[in-house]
Amino acid sequence: MIDLGKYAEVVLSAYGASFVMLAVLVLASVRKSRKALKNLQKAEERRNG
Amino acid sequence: MASLWEYANPAKFSRTADVVVPWVSVLAGIALVGGLVWGFFFTPDDYRQGATVKIIYLHVPAALLAINAWLMMLVTSLVWLIRRHHVSALAAKAAAPVGMTMTLIALITGAIWGQPMWGTWWAWDPRLTSFLILFMFYLGYIALWEAIDDPDTAADLTSVLCLVGSVFALLSRYAVNFWNQGLHQGASLSLDKEKNVADVFYLPLLVCIAGFTLLFISLVLLRTRTEIRIRRCRALEARERMG
Repeated sequence: MIDLGKYAEVVLSAYGASFVMLAVLVLASVRKSRKALKNLQKAEERRNG
Repeated sequence: MASLWEYANPAKFSRTADVVVPWVSVLAGIALVGGLVWGFFFTPDDYRQGATVKIIYLHVPAALLAINAWLMMLVTSLVWLIRRHHVSALAAKAAAPVGMTMTLIALITGAIWGQPMWGTWWAWDPRLTSFLILFMFYLGYIALWEAIDDPDTAADLTSVLCLVGSVFALLSRYAVNFWNQGLHQGASLSLDKEKNVADVFYLPLLVCIAGFTLLFISLVLLRTRTEIRIRRCRALEARERMG
C-alpha cells in the first residue's frame, strides 16, 4: 500500500467522499432512466391496446 | 454530416443517445480509473503539500466541470429561449444535478485539502465564496424546475435563472484574477509553463479531466434521454385521460 504519511486520513477521506457522491449520482441517473423507460413502455402498451 | 438542429428532434436525440452513451461511459471509466490510479499510486508527493497533492486529481476536474456544466446549461437555455427546442431545455435540466454534484465535490475536497494546508476548512475567500454561491444557484435551479407544474413555464423561468447564475459561474473561474487576495492559489492549469503544475502531476491530471468530462457527457446524454421519456410518458397519459 502506498505511504501517504501524516496526510493519509485527509487524502483517503477526500477520495472516499468523492467516490460516494459520484456513485450516488451515477446510480440515481441509471435508476431514473430505467424507471422512465418502464413507465413509457407501459403507457405505449396501453395506447396500442 | 447531420445538422446539429436534427438533434432537437426527441426521437433522433434518443436514438443517438442509445448508441453513444455506452461507448462514452466505457471511455469515461477507462480514463477515470487510469488517471486516478496513475495520480494516486505513481506520482510523488509535493515538496510543500506532501501527499495532499493527490487531491488535485479530484478537486480540479470537479471544479472545472462545475463551471463548464453551468456554461453548457447557459447555451442550452439560450437555445430554448430563442428557438424553443424542448430537447435543449431538457438537456439543461438534466445537466443541473451533475453540475451540482461536481460543485459539491469541489467544495468538499477543497475543504478537506484546505484544513491541513491553510489551517481552516473554510474562508470567505473570493473563489470559495463564488463557488458556494454557484452551488446555491444549482440548488435553486433544480428546485425551480420541481416547483412549477407547466414544463414550458418552468423552462422559461429556469433559463432566466441560468442567465443570472452565469455571472457567478464566470466569477468562480476568474475570481482569483479579479481579486488578488484570499487563501486560494491561482489556477492550477495555465498556458504559462511557469505557473502550471509540474509535468509529473499535469499529465495524470489531464487524463482525470478527460475522464470527468466524458462522465459528464455520458450522464447528461443519459439524463436528457430520461427526461424525454418522462415527457413522452406524460403526454401519453394526458391523451389517455382525455379519452
